[in-house]
Amino acid sequence: MRATEANGGDARTGTAEPAVDVAGLRVTIQGSVVLQGVDLTVPRGEVTALLGRNGVGKTTTLRALIGLQAGSGNVRILGHATRGWPVHKIIRLGIGYVPEDRDVFAKLTVAENLRIAQTAQTTTANYDRVYALFPELKVRHRQLAGTLSGGQQQMLAIGRVLLTERALLLVDEPTKGLSPKFVSEVVDALERVRQTTTILIVEQNVHVVRRLAQHVVVLDHGTVAHTGDASELEDENLVRRLLGVAR
Amino acid sequence: MSTFVAITISGLALGAMYFLVASGLSLIYGLMEVLNFAHGVFLTLGAYAGWAAAQYLPQQGWTFIVTALAATVAGAAVAAVTELLLIRPLYGKPVSQILVTIGLDLALVGLLLGGFGSDSRAIAVPAWLTAVTTIGSEHIPNGDWLSLGLGLAVLGLLTWFLRYTRYGIIIRAGAENRDMVSALGIDVGRAFTLVFAIGGAAAGLAGLLNSVVFSSALVDPTQGDQLLIFAFIVVVIGGLGSITGSAIAALLVGLVQVYVTFYANGGGLAQLGNMSVVLVLAIVLLVRPRGLLGRTT
Amino acid sequence: MTNVLTRLTQRPPAAETRRSAAGRVAGVVLLVLAVVLPFCSLIVPWVLPGTVDVLNSVGTLEVLGLCFVFAGVAVGYDVLFGFTGLLSFGQVLYFAEGAYVLDIALTVWNWPLLAAILLTLAIGLVLALVLGALTLRGQGIAFAMVTLAFAQAFYYLVEDNPGNLTGGDTGLVMSASRLPGFLVGVGNTRNLYWLALAFLVLTYAVVWLVTGSATGRVWLAIRESERRAEVLGFRLFPFKLGSFVLSSLIATAGGMVYLLIVGTVSPSAVASTTVTISILVMVVLGGAGTRWGAVAGAIVYVYLQQYLLKVAAEPSFASLPAVARVPLSQPDFLLGAIFVLFILFAPGGIAGLVARKKEKR
Repeated sequence: MRATEANGGDARTGTAEPAVDVAGLRVTIQGSVVLQGVDLTVPRGEVTALLGRNGVGKTTTLRALIGLQAGSGNVRILGHATRGWPVHKIIRLGIGYVPEDRDVFAKLTVAENLRIAQTAQTTTANYDRVYALFPELKVRHRQLAGTLSGGQQQMLAIGRVLLTERALLLVDEPTKGLSPKFVSEVVDALERVRQTTTILIVEQNVHVVRRLAQHVVVLDHGTVAHTGDASELEDENLVRRLLGVAR
Repeated sequence: MSTFVAITISGLALGAMYFLVASGLSLIYGLMEVLNFAHGVFLTLGAYAGWAAAQYLPQQGWTFIVTALAATVAGAAVAAVTELLLIRPLYGKPVSQILVTIGLDLALVGLLLGGFGSDSRAIAVPAWLTAVTTIGSEHIPNGDWLSLGLGLAVLGLLTWFLRYTRYGIIIRAGAENRDMVSALGIDVGRAFTLVFAIGGAAAGLAGLLNSVVFSSALVDPTQGDQLLIFAFIVVVIGGLGSITGSAIAALLVGLVQVYVTFYANGGGLAQLGNMSVVLVLAIVLLVRPRGLLGRTT
Repeated sequence: MTNVLTRLTQRPPAAETRRSAAGRVAGVVLLVLAVVLPFCSLIVPWVLPGTVDVLNSVGTLEVLGLCFVFAGVAVGYDVLFGFTGLLSFGQVLYFAEGAYVLDIALTVWNWPLLAAILLTLAIGLVLALVLGALTLRGQGIAFAMVTLAFAQAFYYLVEDNPGNLTGGDTGLVMSASRLPGFLVGVGNTRNLYWLALAFLVLTYAVVWLVTGSATGRVWLAIRESERRAEVLGFRLFPFKLGSFVLSSLIATAGGMVYLLIVGTVSPSAVASTTVTISILVMVVLGGAGTRWGAVAGAIVYVYLQQYLLKVAAEPSFASLPAVARVPLSQPDFLLGAIFVLFILFAPGGIAGLVARKKEKR
């Protein structure tokens, strides 16, 4: 079910400005060109998966979107031209960012990690929702985040951004290195949230992508090699051609 | 006649003052990775602010609180302005930030020398501060109690601030990962200014304390810089970025300095106490290059 | 291997890419002018740092000699800070060691000059090796702080006057009895001037050669990224230590020349942290990593400092309004302020400004 209105779209015509609209994104890191002109559109209210082999620039794309990575090109997020904005200003448009390495604050407790995610948001924090999605976090809310297992940290990293309503979630490989139990918990949580928010997710796990995403964008050699519907991923040959290995 | 207890308390009192200086440095470094050389002149300016305020106050009872307040506020104000004007524009260039604090220290001390000359000025203090309290057979100068009290108070305040307030959590998180804090929508810049201000406040107070208790109530333009080196040693021994480490290291350094100076006085080297502190640093570095409680970054 | 190194150090410092024929010619011309300066009795009003307004007066020659000494020390420091990227506050220790040990050997122990020089250099080398090995255990800021601490310890040591050798706070005046005649006496100031100039030229040549060699490339690699240099298979420690020792030996030699020129040492003049800060300021002001920048920065710094001190001592100065008098009476304020402005607006220093001007043309 699309919540086009909730995401700022025009309910009458059904069209809306995309949550993310990028043209010609170029990123250079220490002399080498990582992104060579990426054109990317993320429709509102849906889940878009960003796929590609290791090292093609998926994480760099996400980081460039929120300003953690400098780049050139046209970037519009949630209706604003955000190139050159400081990171926190972009995030305050209503973005939740879950980085590849989780980046929870190890010396803070679970509760403090959640609390700090709340500080910059103007909408009320819904701890119940987070604890309902991830009961483990409630049990361990006074535990230092650094002592959590990888899967628990991932839940915390996601729980952080689900504490308040976000218009856009940028999620970077949330299931990487997790056991099947945690993978399914993470996917469940994202499935429940996708009804009320837009998600751009980087994933290597094609099964997860098939479950969650409606659109896919495939990166290769720093540019977009393919865009299309997620249903295309049923075709093993296509998957092998685009990603190198059938998974 | 001094006994072991009196010497120990004076060592702890000295350590408490070192902690006041080191805590500000450690806090600033922990969050911003800036080693603030201007801390030296913050110390001195705090002492001068106290001196200026004390000139207008009757020196009795609790008027010293006003003097101390003047020093603290002066330190905080100068530090905040420094961060906004000099540090902020150099974000992302840590070496430049360190260099600019060096330049500021040089310039401001030069200004003070030009204005005050290298002579000391006496700070007016209430009588109770220079008096001695007798406990049993021990005669402890009240200045030592003041230093200990302030050190504990600041330690308590800082710990409470860092653990329970919103900005305290932001600062602790930012010390681990600045980018992630921004990525949660928080303006880290404001935290930077706040941290500098807190560091400056502690420095101002420490500078006043240093003058009043440990320098016979005299203040001169280079006082802060001389103290700064000890603060650096304390911060390195304790481990950069760790407040608790600074506390332990500060007490250790204070005690070593006082014990060596007192008990080895016959050795003829008056500065042996100071040099032995450097020896402690060398030993710590050999055994534990990160300092006692240093981070693993 | 050099190919890999070249790729790793893709952005060489300004001097290497912009070194034009014009730059080299300018350098040679300046050198020739410096050599013949003691023969010019030109009257130059206002700008000279000595009390007499003649170009080759004793006062001017002394100041210029000091400029050259510090220029040499600064170039040595550029090796450590500008090229290898190691921020150290401890080079003053070796400078002070050079001045003090030579002074003690000549004055207290009455050694012949050559033996005294060799002793000073030997002690300096041993100190640099031992302390370098110890302090380089710390990374980054810790390293910087420890070098500061050791330098300060040396200051305490000489201030304490151990064994009555150093003269404590008042310092030790050098006895000229073991010095060759041509280095003694006001009339021979020009010889000291040339000695200082020779020190600078020799130091510059050595640094120029070493930084241009493969070792210099490794140093640059270390400065750019230690991790990447390690990945290339280099054991970084010997290179860091080498850079440290070279820089320290140059400082020691500079200290010796300083003693010969000034004739006396004291803790506040040669061993205090203000000296180390000054050297750092000189290098950054001139432009770190460019060698000639350090020379320019040192000459500007020392000259300005001495000039301001002279101006402040003049009777007409006292009649200036306090607003102007107070800041100007202390060279530190002006120098510190200029330094801050450079860091904010011209981080490449003087060399950077020159490079920018060349680009605009």
